[in-house]
Amino acid sequence: MSATIETLVNKEYQYGFVTDVDTDTIPPGLTEETVRLISKKKEEPEWLLEWRLKAFRRWQTMTEPTWPNVSYEPIDYQAHTYYSAPKSVKPLQSLDEVDPELLKTYEKLGISLTEQKRLAGVAVDAIFDSVSVGTTMKEELAKAGVIFCSFGEAVREHPELVQKYLGSVVPYSDNFFAALNSAVFSDGSFVYVPKGVKCPLELSTYFRINAANTGQFERTLIVADEGASVSYLEGCTAPKRDEHQLHAAVVEIVALDRATVKYSTVQNWYAGDSEGKGGIYNFVTKRGKAFTDAKISWTQVETGSAITWKYPSVILQGDNSVGEFYSVAVVNGKQQADTGTKMIHIGRNTRSTIISKGISAGQGQNSYRGQVKVLPKAAGARNYTQCDSMLIGNRCGAHTFPYIEVANNSATLEHEASTSKIGEDQIFYCKARGLNAEHAISLIVAGFCKEVFKELPMEFALEAQQLLGISLEGSVG
Amino acid sequence: MLKITNLHASAGEKEILKGISLTVNAGEVHAIMGPNGSGKSTLAQVIAGHPGYEVTSGTIEYDGQDLLELEAEERAQAGVFLAFQYPIEIPGVTNAYFLRAAYNEIRKAHNQPELDPIEFLDVMEEKLKVVEMDASMMQRSVNAGFSGGEKKRNEILQMAVLEPKLAVLDETDSGLDIDALRIVAEGVNKLKRPDNATILVTHYQRLLNYIVPDHVHVLAGGRIIKSGGKELALELEAKGYDWLLEPVPA
Repeated sequence: MSATIETLVNKEYQYGFVTDVDTDTIPPGLTEETVRLISKKKEEPEWLLEWRLKAFRRWQTMTEPTWPNVSYEPIDYQAHTYYSAPKSVKPLQSLDEVDPELLKTYEKLGISLTEQKRLAGVAVDAIFDSVSVGTTMKEELAKAGVIFCSFGEAVREHPELVQKYLGSVVPYSDNFFAALNSAVFSDGSFVYVPKGVKCPLELSTYFRINAANTGQFERTLIVADEGASVSYLEGCTAPKRDEHQLHAAVVEIVALDRATVKYSTVQNWYAGDSEGKGGIYNFVTKRGKAFTDAKISWTQVETGSAITWKYPSVILQGDNSVGEFYSVAVVNGKQQADTGTKMIHIGRNTRSTIISKGISAGQGQNSYRGQVKVLPKAAGARNYTQCDSMLIGNRCGAHTFPYIEVANNSATLEHEASTSKIGEDQIFYCKARGLNAEHAISLIVAGFCKEVFKELPMEFALEAQQLLGISLEGSVG
Repeated sequence: MLKITNLHASAGEKEILKGISLTVNAGEVHAIMGPNGSGKSTLAQVIAGHPGYEVTSGTIEYDGQDLLELEAEERAQAGVFLAFQYPIEIPGVTNAYFLRAAYNEIRKAHNQPELDPIEFLDVMEEKLKVVEMDASMMQRSVNAGFSGGEKKRNEILQMAVLEPKLAVLDETDSGLDIDALRIVAEGVNKLKRPDNATILVTHYQRLLNYIVPDHVHVLAGGRIIKSGGKELALELEAKGYDWLLEPVPA
């Protein structure tokens, strides 16, 4: 039986094409000179170069973490290229100037950057390799005072905001990959929502790695000022290549008093072939800081990448702040995922919710790693954690590593965990009602993931549905 | 409608069905009775196409087709329905969604247009009455957290919606209290038509007080050892199975 199930879950990766564009690519290798070169190419101010250099020097003293439950060949950081940009991307006045080849790439990925066909109600920033190729609907956002642009543009146009918040949630010294990112990050997205403004559109960044042997190191900074709210979506794909590619991103979210930020990811980087050849190494640091009465919610659907190392976290700094983490992580073939969250309760009456759904198929290994930490002053803190694993076939694995530290007696923590297996019986039951095996698995998996999918914005719920090859209609919401 | 000829089936190394022959015509109700472990449920599962059993010889002809050639879902689409002895739970999938998915698969197989959720509501409203079920059951996950009686009623609800030609009810009466038994039995009776047939697999005679069979068969040791009319069930109730079993070697 497992053989049939596995062929059904093993769908061809449909975003594996390569775009042929002229690129400005620097030679492989990473030295202080590389960092200076990247900064120069981006025409950055002195303070940012200094920050990068501090990060680089710190990185040189650090070692790669070995605690994740994943295994891979050592990475030769000198063999990677740290900057690659399509030549045609100069500072653009409008999207009409974007290389048609790039527009076609995004069309093929289902993301239209052209004004007439754009998604209603969604503004998109498209990142191709190291740079942003265009951001849509800027004028409409500007009317509301919302800033949504590439990171490079933010450094030029809004340096005071960038300087104030960059590294304020994830310091350059935070961890090995965050330090690497801080030294060499190329581009990314920047969002600022002013006081009391509810962002009128969904904001979306679409990341695409194209160039070979090139790492992608983007940096996203989202600041929601007091009483502001915004929903942000992130999607990722990459071509099929036989070599592993490195993706080490950093996302920082600042939710000031009473602000709400919802961050959703559908991660579908190339996962490598069934033998484990190629695929993206996805080593990502994502963290938000929630001030008084603020709320930060992470929702992620992780289906791609050869290795995923990712713990979107919330520092519950202010009193009554709320942190949420909803996750579906799927591993198949030889994929490995070590993912989860950290909820750090600092303020009083802080609340956090963690719902994690891990699905393992093929020879995939899926680990949930989560930390809930309640500091001495966090009186009345509450956490609810639910961590479910589903196994498809006999050769995969599911692992759970919860860490709970409580330093305040008035805190309430709940942890529930379950492991189930898609059984012959469930599939036969569906078949006996006229559904074929593929439909049956879709249905069972959709049911399993329901609590997470209902957190996704509509556009992404549809993408997640396509991704898992499942129909969500009716089983969502 | 259904013609089973000299059917042998095994689970792994163990042969369970050892030459079953049975003919069921449209409009008929057949009861398959017998002691535990006689192969009753295996027969029901083999008809529905459970992959855990291997048919080693014999044939099953259904509506002029070779049933054993069809996948389980194709059998369902062709009008074969198995009411499970132990209905399976599917957490997170609503009963309404599951039923509509099944209903539409069967419609698709007959080149009929699929129904959207609103259109399907009308179908459901009428069918819920057959098993005296509340509409709120439709928003609960399939069988998850259902009581034993609710699960069995849910099976009959599915049968009402899917309108099978051949319904096989596997111990649908077991674990039911007297009210639930009445509701389930009345449901089955309401669904009876001249062009469909029912096979009741049961251990006890009490279900047959409500659903009166045309034929009763006693299964033991993987073979049908006696067939008769509805009076056979009463005789079994009075005398048990032992008097029939003695001639069969242990």
